[in-house]
Amino acid sequence: MGLSKSEISPHPASRDDMITTRLDALVKYFQGKCGWAQRNSLWPMPFATACCGIELMATGASRYDIARFGAEAMRFSPRQSDLMICAGRVAIKMMPVLQRIYMQMPEPKWVISMGACASTGGVFDTYAVVQGIDQFIPVDVYVPGCPPRPETLIEGVMAIQRIIDTQGIQNSADRGGGLGLVIEPASEMVQVGKEQAAQ
Amino acid sequence: MITEDDIIIVDDMRRDMSLTERFYLPQIAQGLSVTLRRMFTKRVTLQYPEMRREPKLEGDLTDPHSQLNASRYRGVHRLNRDPDGRVACVACFMCETACPAHCIHIDAAESPWPDREKYPAKFDIDELRCIYCGMCEEACPVDAIELTYEYDLVGNTRNEMIFDKGKLLEVFDETCQIKPRRNPRITGYAGTGSPDHQPARPTGEQH
Repeated sequence: MGLSKSEISPHPASRDDMITTRLDALVKYFQGKCGWAQRNSLWPMPFATACCGIELMATGASRYDIARFGAEAMRFSPRQSDLMICAGRVAIKMMPVLQRIYMQMPEPKWVISMGACASTGGVFDTYAVVQGIDQFIPVDVYVPGCPPRPETLIEGVMAIQRIIDTQGIQNSADRGGGLGLVIEPASEMVQVGKEQAAQ
Repeated sequence: MITEDDIIIVDDMRRDMSLTERFYLPQIAQGLSVTLRRMFTKRVTLQYPEMRREPKLEGDLTDPHSQLNASRYRGVHRLNRDPDGRVACVACFMCETACPAHCIHIDAAESPWPDREKYPAKFDIDELRCIYCGMCEEACPVDAIELTYEYDLVGNTRNEMIFDKGKLLEVFDETCQIKPRRNPRITGYAGTGSPDHQPARPTGEQH
């Protein structure tokens, strides 16, 4: 993929426009290259709160060796990671922590919801457990299982790679994701809150 | 009774490093020799997408490196078919009741066939909520729901991971060759892909 004339606008209005068009093509070219680099060096942020984390560790070990996909560098600092693997149930009190870590990750970022609990709540259909982290942060890939096999998690990483292949490197807000579920407080509650704030 | 011999002063056990230890290089070589030895032993990594554990029912199932015991592994569900290719489920709600995760949702309707009263008009399983415990297949009185050996399943949305009746029957069509129905004598059909069109029960046994 080079800088061919067909990529340049046929009727450049001015010299500045032409430069801009050429720059756009250049950026597009390097974005393609960056996508290739990005898909093969996804550094996960392991948010492992339960037994799924054990399978996550097994995936990193020599038997399944997630390093073959370039995703072996588990970064325990969100600033250095691209891919959040949320493994395990998330209590409602843990949710602000998860959200904060997600916000601290630099764009572009992807999220794998690993296991039944992180994806839907699983057996823990209680008031204390979040019924799916996609109600709070956008999720790209759901991995079923309780816990999932390492192979299934590798399938999840490959699904993220396919997303990067097809959509390119996009910010999470542009990509969308999840069910689109939004939990908003009922209008009466908002009204009460406003009245209290006014007092 | 503690005697003088039982008391060990730890500081006395400290000794100076020997000459080779002070050089560090022999120690590094010793460590790297482990790495070098590993390079010539058998590789343990399963090259997953290219190599996978083959599901099998018979033969040597003791080798976990190459085989998956299809009779025991609990993966994605399937809904079995009866000899006529109809869904074998009788909508008794036993699996929905037994399910600890409440991931099965059945809508029962009056059966259009004479050999049973009810059949599932809708049968949805939330594969993401399921914990693959196998209680549904234990609870099923007609062995209509079974877990297969399929595990390589991920989804991009939650909606696509809710399997309906048609999809669960598709899973049966795909897996019945390797894993036939566990208890074929209930309906007389092992699910080997060639239904012999025998009626499920004697026709006089209608209820």
